[in-house]
Amino acid sequence: MIRAVIDIIVSIAAGFYTTGRHLFVRPVTESYPEYKRPLPARSRARIILTRDPEGRERCVACYLCSGVCPVNCISMQAAEDSQGRRYAAWFRINFGRCIYCGLCEQACPTSAIQLTPDFEHIRRDILDMVFEKQDLLVDLCGKDPDYDFYQHAGVVVGLAGKGDHISENPPVNTRTNMP
Amino acid sequence: MWIWLLGYLVLMAKITAVLTAVMVLAAYLVLVERKLLGRFQVRYGPNRAGIYGILQPVADGIKLLLKEDLVPEGADRAIFLAAPAVVATTALMMFAVVPFGPRLTIGGREIPMVITDINVGLLYVFALSSLGVYGVALGGWASNSKYALLGGIRGAAQMISYELALGLSIVPVVMLAGSFSLVDIVNAQAGLPFILVQPLAFGVFLISAMAETKRIPFDLPEAETELGAGYHTEYSGMRFGLFFLGEYVHMQVMGALVAVFFLGGWRGPVLPPPVWLLVKIVFVVLFMIWVRATLPRLRYDQLMNLGWKVLIPLALVNILITGAFVAA
Repeated sequence: MIRAVIDIIVSIAAGFYTTGRHLFVRPVTESYPEYKRPLPARSRARIILTRDPEGRERCVACYLCSGVCPVNCISMQAAEDSQGRRYAAWFRINFGRCIYCGLCEQACPTSAIQLTPDFEHIRRDILDMVFEKQDLLVDLCGKDPDYDFYQHAGVVVGLAGKGDHISENPPVNTRTNMP
Repeated sequence: MWIWLLGYLVLMAKITAVLTAVMVLAAYLVLVERKLLGRFQVRYGPNRAGIYGILQPVADGIKLLLKEDLVPEGADRAIFLAAPAVVATTALMMFAVVPFGPRLTIGGREIPMVITDINVGLLYVFALSSLGVYGVALGGWASNSKYALLGGIRGAAQMISYELALGLSIVPVVMLAGSFSLVDIVNAQAGLPFILVQPLAFGVFLISAMAETKRIPFDLPEAETELGAGYHTEYSGMRFGLFFLGEYVHMQVMGALVAVFFLGGWRGPVLPPPVWLLVKIVFVVLFMIWVRATLPRLRYDQLMNLGWKVLIPLALVNILITGAFVAA
């Protein structure tokens, strides 16, 4: 009985000691607007359109990001230049709808569309949340700096002939390939 | 005639001073509690409104005043509207008998530094304290909401369990002071504060006082995690604010009562008497905040066990022992 009472008193005192000690511990809170924690490169926020190492637009307007987008916030119009290289005539992301899931980034075959850690791009007017191509396009390579889609695949646009792409076999002559 | 008018003015001045002090203190206790709870949990607490969040109570007050005053469908309108006022009024009225200084002599006339020194002040305080539970129970019942109703019922049950221990624990103090008047009780502690004479009564009273103010670990009527917000789930705007104010004023009253019954009231060296009373109130309230930061909420049956099987027998034994000493 007395033992039980002592146990109770000791355990309660231990609790008071623990909380009391915390009074003198520096709070772990990060005061947000004054201190902005550097976020990991792969954290998902504002979306950008990157360029390849030569400074050309990476986007080939394949519509994969638009197709995979769960909330249909990406829309574009494909076009072709004189070399037969595809690009987006216009490209639009409605950030009012975007849920920052990152599926567009995963779907992109050219590493063009990428999510960045910059989450402070909120606007007062919801129409200002609709970003056009000139708002999205940046002069950087983003997270995949050496990748150039046309070095690996795609139409022959003067960069490389058939079979000259990186890790591509030369074309198979179907006539000599018979068993 | 002139003397009567003067006395009336002095009384009004005292009431104004006490009410202002209590209200301002209640507003800032909320801030202090939030800051301290934050620090207990290794975070900052409110620090945006003004420097160190000093304007937070103002912001909270404006917000509460501007919010819509909702009355739920199916609520008992009259009772629903009146319940918060019951809680706040009873809590504020309890301060009428708390002495905050010795008699003051101005121009040959003695002015008691208490709003009213009634000879059954202690009973008056407990009566109002119990009445305050009506606000909780009726507010919970009138809300037409199961959570509020459960909170109200719990409030009533808790009041029954703890009011007894609260009253019994103070009987030895009354025996020693020989009076129900709070002024006389403070005067009886001129030599020793009663906490040194009656540590057991102090413990029982403090625990019961925490239960009476519906604070963690005895916040079953509110119990956010179980009942939403308990008896004030359906309240909004300033009516919720009145419940809130009532709770914090009640905390101060209990702090003041602990000070008056056990810590010597306004007595203390160097500082003026009202400051000493304030210091003691704040000290008790800070302890209550520390308790809130430390202990989990009791279960319903644990609460009943503690009230009926521990505190009341302890208080009774204490009365017997004290009675034996006083008679001897």
